[in-house]
Amino acid sequence: MRFIFKTSYDQDIALAKHRGHVFWYGLLVALLFAAPWLVAEYWLSQLTFILIYGIVGLGLMLLAGFTGLFSIGHAAFLGVGAYTEAVLGGMGWPFPLSLACAMGLSAAVGVVVGLPALRVKGIYLGIATLAFGFIVEEVLARWEHVTGGNAGLSVKAVNLFGWKLGSGADFYLLCLVLAIAATLVILNLLRSPTGRAFVAIRDSEISAQSIGIHLARYKSLSFALSAAFTGLGGALYAHKISFLSPDQFGIVQSIDLLLMVVIGGLGSVHGAFLGAAFLIAMPQLIAVGKDFLPPAIGQAAGLQGVVYGAALIGFVLFEPMGLYGRWLKMRTWLQLAPFYRKGLFKRQKSFQKSERLR
Amino acid sequence: MSASDPGQVLLSARDLSLRFGGVLAVNNVSFDVRPGEVFTLIGPNGAGKTTVFNLISRIYTPSAGEIRFEGESLTAMAPHQIASLGIARTFQNIELFEHATVLQNLLIGRHRHRQHPLWREVLFTRKVRASERATREKVEQVIDILDLQHYRDTMVAGLPYGVRKVVELGRALATEPRLLLLDEPSSGLNVEETGDMAFWIEDIRQDLGVTVLMVEHDMTLVSKVSDRVLAMNQGEVLALGTPAQVQSHPGVIEAYLGQAGDAASLRRETLSCARELG
Repeated sequence: MRFIFKTSYDQDIALAKHRGHVFWYGLLVALLFAAPWLVAEYWLSQLTFILIYGIVGLGLMLLAGFTGLFSIGHAAFLGVGAYTEAVLGGMGWPFPLSLACAMGLSAAVGVVVGLPALRVKGIYLGIATLAFGFIVEEVLARWEHVTGGNAGLSVKAVNLFGWKLGSGADFYLLCLVLAIAATLVILNLLRSPTGRAFVAIRDSEISAQSIGIHLARYKSLSFALSAAFTGLGGALYAHKISFLSPDQFGIVQSIDLLLMVVIGGLGSVHGAFLGAAFLIAMPQLIAVGKDFLPPAIGQAAGLQGVVYGAALIGFVLFEPMGLYGRWLKMRTWLQLAPFYRKGLFKRQKSFQKSERLR
Repeated sequence: MSASDPGQVLLSARDLSLRFGGVLAVNNVSFDVRPGEVFTLIGPNGAGKTTVFNLISRIYTPSAGEIRFEGESLTAMAPHQIASLGIARTFQNIELFEHATVLQNLLIGRHRHRQHPLWREVLFTRKVRASERATREKVEQVIDILDLQHYRDTMVAGLPYGVRKVVELGRALATEPRLLLLDEPSSGLNVEETGDMAFWIEDIRQDLGVTVLMVEHDMTLVSKVSDRVLAMNQGEVLALGTPAQVQSHPGVIEAYLGQAGDAASLRRETLSCARELG
């Protein structure tokens, strides 16, 4: 058990709360940078996917986990980012410029989609974003002379001022740098007034407003930032997968993204990456597990969907804080053993909660 | 008690009315709050006290009448602009940010004092860091005043009711208001906690120089801290004056207890019932 003796406010402001953080996160980053020399190409490719989905997860986490606005159409932003990058990259734009455009366009679309969020909440916002997801998928399919329609669009390799990055180690390192940058941006936001305003909106709009938070502005901002992160993820996704078609950005992808942040743990930055790891690792585990199952189940077409659904239900029922919550409990158990109490993480039910003012 | 100057007016409500369909929730209410005083609204349930609060914090728009704060009309403002004028409020049923720590709740209260554009926050530049430190210092002052040191890093969701009430007061104080609206500060508190609340309201008024407008039912607390009391019933003003004056006002007694005749008839009925049973 570690007791932190606080002697300055900077200790609460700093990202690393104690030396343990510095050591372990430093080790993690060092290992990730060394990965191209440590693991085989296939696993490196999987790691790249985890980083890309992690960035997308950060975006959705900002919106769903920290601002409390659920989007069931987030694959649309992924699509906007991916296609913008593919089209601009195809026209020979340098990578930083096309990437900035992909993020900017996604953010702009995010603001437009965020407009209903100023009026509707909860399930109704979900429906509005779901409809938007379908619109974007349809646009990607029909706007053939730009997107190539259902025939698809192939994506050129990253062109970093003449330095071509394939899909191997170079591209992995690019994703790693961007993922770290994205994480730092989110962490910085969360420890400054803007991030706190998002959390305030999530927990009580009425008192957020009475404290002087402009609800419309901050909700739009949250949508824009979330879409920009997702657009960034989309651009990297385009290069990684190197062939785009509209069906990659449909409802199933949107649900996968939402599943990722819920299983990762809503309201935690770790959760975005843990959820991404879950999303990428699961198909592999299912493929391995298939051989041990009776053929009637193992070869069934919808096995993956069933497993994902069951996992989601299981998490919602038994571990609402997701994988990160589970990790917190395990860590606390190890720290406190043998004094861990079962009810340690149980939230007290709030009594005295009458109906809110809207 | 009264450090207030009768000549000056901080907040004035003129002929305020609010109609919900056929119900007149607030009817022609006028009052002035002077700088430095504790002004209390009392009245039976449904008298329209909280509605007046919600009119001031622009959750509702008045059907008629006007509210001015230091001469500026509030009616034309958006709800989030009220805080930047220096008006803070608490809620009857506690509206805290549940999934955040006490410290974070108070930090959010400093929102109107933020200074930096988004890009600086994203990079967390030295200036942002410096203002975060300053923000924290201000919040620590509030923590000291309200004795919340022990709960600084506790999640609000796990706090007992009495502490939540104090945290909400702290969050309102963290905004550095000039006018503090307290909606039933003592509801749900035990006698000891209510006593603490009375001390804090006095301190807030005397040491911080904040004017307090509150809705309260506990008459002991009301007479202990308020300079002037406004009694309301069914959306209308009944009486305005010192706590003692209002408490002895016949209209107020009637609103709370009913007319003398009512009581007498009630007694007769009880007696006859008792006779039948006996």
